[in-house]
Amino acid sequence: MASSTRGCRMAAPDMAARRTTVASGLASKLARLLRDPFTVAGLTIYAVLIIVAVFADLLMTHDPGEILFRANGRVAANQPPSAAYLLGTTNLGRDVYSQLIGGSRIALVVGFTAAICVAAFGTLIGLLAGYFGGKLDAILMRLADLALAIPFLPFAIVLAGFSRSSTTNVIVAVVLLLWPNTARVIRAQVLTVKERAYVEAARVTGASDARILFVHVAPNILPLTFLYGSVAIGWAILTEAAVSFVGFGDAKNISWGYMLQDAFVSQALSRGSWHWFVPPGLCIILVVIAGFFIARGAEDVLFPKLRS
Amino acid sequence: MTAAQTSAHPLVAASGLTKRFAAPRSLSDMFSGHQPHVHAVDGIDLRIARGESVGLLGESGCGKTTTGRLLLKLTEPSAGSIAFDGVAIDTLKGNALTAFRKRAQLVFQNPFDALNPRFTIERVLAEPLVNTGVERASHSDKVEKALAQVRLPPLSRFEGLFPHQLSGGQLQRIVLARALVLEPDFIVADEPVSMLDVSVRAGVLNVMREVRATLGLAALYISHDLALVRYVCSTTLVMYLGKIVEQGPTADLLKTPLHPYTRALVNAVPVPRVDQSHEPLPIIGNVSDARGQPRGCRFRERCPMAVARCAEEEPPLRDCGQGRRVACHLA
Repeated sequence: MASSTRGCRMAAPDMAARRTTVASGLASKLARLLRDPFTVAGLTIYAVLIIVAVFADLLMTHDPGEILFRANGRVAANQPPSAAYLLGTTNLGRDVYSQLIGGSRIALVVGFTAAICVAAFGTLIGLLAGYFGGKLDAILMRLADLALAIPFLPFAIVLAGFSRSSTTNVIVAVVLLLWPNTARVIRAQVLTVKERAYVEAARVTGASDARILFVHVAPNILPLTFLYGSVAIGWAILTEAAVSFVGFGDAKNISWGYMLQDAFVSQALSRGSWHWFVPPGLCIILVVIAGFFIARGAEDVLFPKLRS
Repeated sequence: MTAAQTSAHPLVAASGLTKRFAAPRSLSDMFSGHQPHVHAVDGIDLRIARGESVGLLGESGCGKTTTGRLLLKLTEPSAGSIAFDGVAIDTLKGNALTAFRKRAQLVFQNPFDALNPRFTIERVLAEPLVNTGVERASHSDKVEKALAQVRLPPLSRFEGLFPHQLSGGQLQRIVLARALVLEPDFIVADEPVSMLDVSVRAGVLNVMREVRATLGLAALYISHDLALVRYVCSTTLVMYLGKIVEQGPTADLLKTPLHPYTRALVNAVPVPRVDQSHEPLPIIGNVSDARGQPRGCRFRERCPMAVARCAEEEPPLRDCGQGRRVACHLA
C-alpha cells in the first residue's frame, strides 16, 4: 500500500505536464499529415477544386452552354486558345475554359455527396452487422456480397440509362456499389472492438445497445470511415466521368466527362484540338489522385505500424 | 458460510446454474444432426450473503469467469436461476435492469483494456452515472467520493488525462472507482490484480479490502491465485471443469484441503527457495475435455486416488461439518 500511494504522489506533478486535450491530439495528427508531401499535394488539389467550384460564377468568362459568335457573325468554332477564349472553343463554338470551370462544380457535388453517403451508409451497416451479429449480420453481408458481385461500370450505365439520366442517378449507383467495401471493413473492426473489456464495462454500468454502439464503439472505428470516404470521392468522380463519356450523363450539366465525350464524338483528337480534351482529362486525373494521396497519408497516421 | 446459507435471504443466490456453449461440430455430428456442447458452468449452486467476500478458485478454462458474467447478467444461463436480493434476474428489462446494474458491478482483470481509450478519466468515472440516469448535479460529488475511497487524488489532478497516461496501478484503482461510483451492494472482481506488477498488487488489494469492509460490500473474487483468496476472502469455492468440488471457510480449506484437486492446488504453490525440490504434483495429465457429458467424477482421470466407483457415479457436493462441503467419494 505504502509503495503504491507513493507512486501516486510521484506521478502527480508530471501528470500536469503531460496534460493533453483532444484538440492537441488532433493537432499533432494533423501536423504529421502535413509532413507528408503527397498528402499536402492532395489537400492542395482539393482546396483549389473547392475554391474554383465556389467562385465558378466569377471565374467563368462565358456561359458554358452558349454558342459564341465572332464579330463577322460566324460561329466561333474550333478556336485555338486566345485572350478571348482562354482554352479555345469547341466545334460548336462553346468556351472550353468556362466549361472546365463549370465542371468543377459537378465533380465537387458528385464526389463529396457520394463519398459522404458511402461513408455514412457503409459505416452504419458495418456497425449494425458487426455489433448485433446473427441473422442481421448474415442478411446484410449477403447483400454486400451481392453488391460486390455486380460489375461496377455496366451497372452505373444501366441505372443511368434505364431511369432518367441525371447526376443523382450516378451518385445512387456509386453509393449502391461502394458501400460494401466500407461496411465489410467497419464490420471487421467492430468485431474486434466489441470484444474489448471497455465495451463490457459500458454494458455492466448500464449503457444501452444504442449508447454502446454510437458512444463506445463508433468513435473507435471512425478514422476508417474517413479513409474509405476519401477513397470514394475519387471513385465517384471517375464514375461520373465514365458514365458521361459513354453518353449516359446528364445532358444539362456539362461535366468533365461530358466534355471528353463531346470532344470524342466530334473527332477533336484527329483535329488536334489538344486544348479541348487535355484540360478536363487532367482535371479528372488530378482530383482522383488527390483522394488517393489523402487516403495514403491518413493511413499513415491511422496505422503508424505500416511505416517502414 | 453456514450462517450465510441458513439465512433466508442471501444477496446473491444461484441454483443449478448452467452455461453451455455450442462446440464445433465434426463431420459425423453434421450427418447425425447432433450438436456437441461445452459445459462451461455445469449446475452450480452459490450463495453470497450481504457483506460477505467469497473467493472462486480454479484453473484457466474451468468456468470461473463465465460464472461471474452470469451473476452480472452479462450472459444468459442455459439453465438454472439467479436471484439478486430475492428477485430473479433472468427476466429483468428496462428500468428494473438499470436498477440491478446500479447494485451489481464488475472489476476487470486488465485495467489497460477496461477503459475506453477515447474517454478522459473524468468521463470514464461519470459514465456509469450517465448510463443509469443519476441526476447530473450529483455526479462530481459521487466521482470525488469514489476516488477518495480508492485512495486516488481528487479529480482536478486527472483533468484532461486519458487512460494511457496513467500507470497500471492507478488504472486499476480507476476501474475500481468506476465500479464504486454507483454505490453497489455486490461486486465481482475477475482476477483484479493479475495484470499488475507484484509491487503494486498489495496496494490495490488493500484498497479493495478496505473499501469492502467500510462499505459492507458483498464480493466475489475470481482468481487462480491462492494467496489473493487467502488475503481477502472469508469463504472459498474451488471449481473444476464447471463444477464446484469443494467449498468452505478459506483458512480451513487451504490448511486442510479435502478434495484431491484442492490438495494439488495448494501443493502447487511455489516456495521461494533456490534449492527448491518440489514433490511431483499429485495430479496426472491435463484437464480433460469439457465437451460431452462425462459420467462419474470429472477429476477421476487425473486423480491419484481414483477408484472404480469414481468412474460410475458422480460425487455430489456433500456437507462434512464446520461449513465445509466437498464433492469426492473418498474425502
